[in-house]
Amino acid sequence: MEKSKSLVDIENSSFGSVSRPHRIEREDRRKPVAGPYESGRNGLALEFAGMATTEDPQAVGDLEEWRRKRYEATPERQGELFSTMSGVENEPLYTAENAPVDDDELGFPGDFPFTRGVYPSMYRGRLWTMRQFAGFGTAEETNERFRYLLEHGQTGLSTAFDMPTLMGYDSDHPRSLGEVGREGVAIDSLADMETLFEGIPLDSVSTSMTINAPAAMLLAFYACVGEEQGVPLAALRGTVQTDILKEYIAQKEWIFPPKPSMRLVVDMIEWCSREMPLMHPVSISGYHIREAGSTAAQELAFTLADGFAYVDACVERGLDVDDFAPRLSFFFNAHLDFFEEIAKYRAARRIWATRLREHYGAKNPRSWLMRFHTQTAGVSLTAQQPEVNLIRTAIEALAAVLGGTQSLHTNSFDEALALPTEHAVRLALRTQQVIAHETGVVNTADPLGGSYYLEHLTNELERQAIEYFDRIEQLGGVIPAIEENFFQREIAEASFRYQSEVEAAQRVIVGVNRYQQEDERPLELLRIDPALEQKQIERVRAVRAGRDSAAVEAVLAELKRAAEGDANLMEPIMAASRVFVTMGEMCDALRDVWGIWRETPVF
Amino acid sequence: MPGKIRVVVAKPGLDGHDRGAKIIARALRDAGMEVIYTGLHQTPEQIVETAIQEDADAVGISILSGAHMTLVPRILELLRENGAEDVVVVVGGTIPADDAEALKQQGVAAVFGPGAPTGEIVDFLKGAVAA
Repeated sequence: MEKSKSLVDIENSSFGSVSRPHRIEREDRRKPVAGPYESGRNGLALEFAGMATTEDPQAVGDLEEWRRKRYEATPERQGELFSTMSGVENEPLYTAENAPVDDDELGFPGDFPFTRGVYPSMYRGRLWTMRQFAGFGTAEETNERFRYLLEHGQTGLSTAFDMPTLMGYDSDHPRSLGEVGREGVAIDSLADMETLFEGIPLDSVSTSMTINAPAAMLLAFYACVGEEQGVPLAALRGTVQTDILKEYIAQKEWIFPPKPSMRLVVDMIEWCSREMPLMHPVSISGYHIREAGSTAAQELAFTLADGFAYVDACVERGLDVDDFAPRLSFFFNAHLDFFEEIAKYRAARRIWATRLREHYGAKNPRSWLMRFHTQTAGVSLTAQQPEVNLIRTAIEALAAVLGGTQSLHTNSFDEALALPTEHAVRLALRTQQVIAHETGVVNTADPLGGSYYLEHLTNELERQAIEYFDRIEQLGGVIPAIEENFFQREIAEASFRYQSEVEAAQRVIVGVNRYQQEDERPLELLRIDPALEQKQIERVRAVRAGRDSAAVEAVLAELKRAAEGDANLMEPIMAASRVFVTMGEMCDALRDVWGIWRETPVF
Repeated sequence: MPGKIRVVVAKPGLDGHDRGAKIIARALRDAGMEVIYTGLHQTPEQIVETAIQEDADAVGISILSGAHMTLVPRILELLRENGAEDVVVVVGGTIPADDAEALKQQGVAAVFGPGAPTGEIVDFLKGAVAA
């Protein structure tokens, strides 16, 4: 079988003939020969066989008959809903009759349309990257946590920045008061980035940075640390989130209006494809969309719509799709509805591959591949009986692995209460290690592929996503839809529906609306020392005091000039970073030129 | 018959987590209250100004950025400075128990943690505003 050929043109490859015997087998299996009831493997089956015989000695012939004679013979439980968490209705049973499986839509792992995974060997070749998101206090504290995680077997770094950094304010800005180092690490200038990666050779790790509005500045700081360590830019590996569209939609950490923000994103993509080819310049994120309360289908649809918007913007710039698409990466949530989540990842791969090949005409098979990071759902963690979160996270992580993720963050059980302690983080990492080494789910690619239910859900989520693409297109695209609050309203609607279902006890959350427990023992929580804020404020002031101020003024003026025109902004940002211009100063320069974004609040 | 309870739902600080604030805003409105939602990234000054302009009976502060011990006391202080200390202040978000206790001592009427049912918040506000 010619592998490369099947990648390019599935119709004319030997692929079709290979799949035929599978289909015949499946039809054979469907015939009602000796039913499973006769196997008598356990007491339950025997008892049920007995029950069935008194009514009808023959095994049922089809699904409709099964439903009528068998299923409806006993009442359903009342109260809780049988639909998925996102509201997709579920039938009591899926078979080839109501959920026929089309092998062509599945393909093989590593083959178009990649429903079954992006790599032929999947986890037999390489396990996913275990990448725990970390960051708090100043660069010093986070550097210590990074080293701790690397010592405990983590294989990639992932940086959480504090709120002022996410919003483009330096630590000594009045808006930063009380927020410095609280929800991530405070990074104001290259000096902080140097401390953050002290003792960590950048050619030996891949680093992910969850930063969006000021992503270009943080990428430049990272590149400068690489330069200082003597690592060529072309050898730096990692991911910068940079997904500003989902900020307007869900995460809400923005600075500039959408249009100049998009220009900055395209500048980064263009620059990285030339200078840092191993860096993923954008991680198109559904995670935050889901955390904001969306359904799985909305997460899928809005994330992919954002992805297409970035592709459109790059193509408009004149870039060749095959020059940048292979470096686009994705980031999804892993929530608790197990099969729905797995279906979501599989549908995402198929939609992306199909759209990139058919619509954008990408010829490089690597452009068709959707590779993604996953994080378990923070929103599913409960403050009540927090140890139970270990179990939730394990199940979510398993869904991500069965969905074929390339990297994974597992939340710590104490995160509904505070940033995690070292103990809690270690357990979260161990959860991934148990899945990888003890459960056996890594031994074959897409082990659930072909499940009637899973394939049905995959098709259903794909259908719902395509419906959303049409609605977004009717609104004029992603940016006009943001300006009209379309996404924000859809998400608020979904999150309110879910909350109402929880409050009506149609959805049970263990420890919250059932199985509550009084007198819970308080957990040991991580406390961020309030003194760190002052320490960081002094640091940034010391950096400013020690600079060549003429050089600073010159590079900032150059940055503004470049922003007024249409040159790529990465070089002026690199130049500013090298002379220790702060992130906040660069953002201020751009605020002067571009203005700021304000959302019309809706609820 | 007394007028509708007027509540300002406010998001101080820099975090963008507005799922909770929006759910609460909607639940309070559905319970018959007049709800003003400030939107994101508000300063304590902006929040207090809105509360006074809107003649609010209560302010519901939603904060998940960890800055609650800085921003909430500032809001209480500004309310007092503006003679609006009768406004009922409730807080929701990821607030550790000892911080919640400290905030209550400073004048916050109630702190609602993750998982608090909206009905409980509605009932609390009805009781607190009537009192």
